[in-house]
Amino acid sequence: MNYQFDFGVVFERAPELLWATLGTFGLAFAGMALALVIGVVGVIGRTSPNKIVRAPVIAFVEIVRNTPFLVQIFYIYFALPLMGIRLNPTTTAIIALGINGGAYAIEIIRGGVESISKGQVEAGYALGLHKADVFRLIVLKPALRAIYPSLTSQFIMLTLTTSVCTSIAAYELTSAAQRIESDTFRSFEVYFIVTGIYLVISTVMMGIFALISRRYFSYPTR
Amino acid sequence: MGPIGANEFLFILHGLKWTALLAIIGFIGGGVFGILIALTRVSKSPAARATAAAYIGLFQGTPLLMQLFVVYYGVALLGINVSAWLAVAIAFTLHASAFLGEIWRGSIQAVPKGQTEAANALGLHYVSRMKDVILPQALKISMPATIGFLVQLIKGTSLAAIVGFIELARAGQIISNQTYRPLLVFGIVGAIYFIICWPLSHFGTALEKRMAKAAR
Repeated sequence: MNYQFDFGVVFERAPELLWATLGTFGLAFAGMALALVIGVVGVIGRTSPNKIVRAPVIAFVEIVRNTPFLVQIFYIYFALPLMGIRLNPTTTAIIALGINGGAYAIEIIRGGVESISKGQVEAGYALGLHKADVFRLIVLKPALRAIYPSLTSQFIMLTLTTSVCTSIAAYELTSAAQRIESDTFRSFEVYFIVTGIYLVISTVMMGIFALISRRYFSYPTR
Repeated sequence: MGPIGANEFLFILHGLKWTALLAIIGFIGGGVFGILIALTRVSKSPAARATAAAYIGLFQGTPLLMQLFVVYYGVALLGINVSAWLAVAIAFTLHASAFLGEIWRGSIQAVPKGQTEAANALGLHYVSRMKDVILPQALKISMPATIGFLVQLIKGTSLAAIVGFIELARAGQIISNQTYRPLLVFGIVGAIYFIICWPLSHFGTALEKRMAKAAR
């Protein structure tokens, strides 16, 4: 092996990578926010007693979860203009991420809602708790506690998925990496460093989520 | 706009062949190495455990697309002349081994401790204890999660398209560019993925439900 590594050319582009990292965060947070909205609205439909309301939600969840994100983002990228909606690639990517994450969020939130048994709520009333207290202490907090681990790991997964948004040239880390690669021809060095950046991002996110979980969801409750 | 004729459809099916092959190789290769990772992850040596944990963390904490890029260009740097196809297959094997390793680590630890103690009491040595007692039970416990990961892997092979490898998604992209019918083409491509993945997902969920019921 007589290849000379040159990481210097990549470090020269550090400001660009830093901005692109913010772009990745932007995509991830906006995508997750949209996913949560879709998740909450979707779970109302998913748990509806009316089959006509339930069926489209189930179909949506199954289709999104059983097709690759790459195909979804291409489909949305080409479908939106045909519907008369012209958006830049980054906004399109957020919509695609939101739709993808939303399908997973529906199933996760549904699990949380169903984990609260009716007897708990009734017991709350029997103890003379107010309606608001029953909702806050018996429904909301345990449900949040139940879905928190899956929801946060889904968030991290979504953050890693943002790298696929390079395929429609959204503004994020992987597209910046591809730009630097085509300028410098240092493919391995660029991707090696960018992979490291992603690892830092996901590790930091995991740490923050664990901290929040310990602060708010640990037993005994205060 | 061009028509989607038999030729275009055959091209897409040709891509499907590579998708299937990539997924199968990734799953089998990942399975073989995944068992080693899982066993290392539950071994007695703290150093071995930490190494396996780091390996798993590395692959779970970075995007699959980046893993593909790094392995793809990394293998080329080693000076061995390998085809793009082999490089991509190696990347998926490594990726799958980390995820399956973690899934099976959980399953091995989910086998009741009494089983290990009983095997020890019977005087079974490590290989027999694992091969005859622990792993068969762990495999059963891991089935739903393993199938779930297989679906992830099949969907993940689409990312080989970004590296330039012609599988199902890339074939769709090429036909879409030729015919200017992106919605129809990506609709067909999406439907093919769905036809493969949905029954698997369904099977996995059904298995999980049955096992949950049996455990009650």
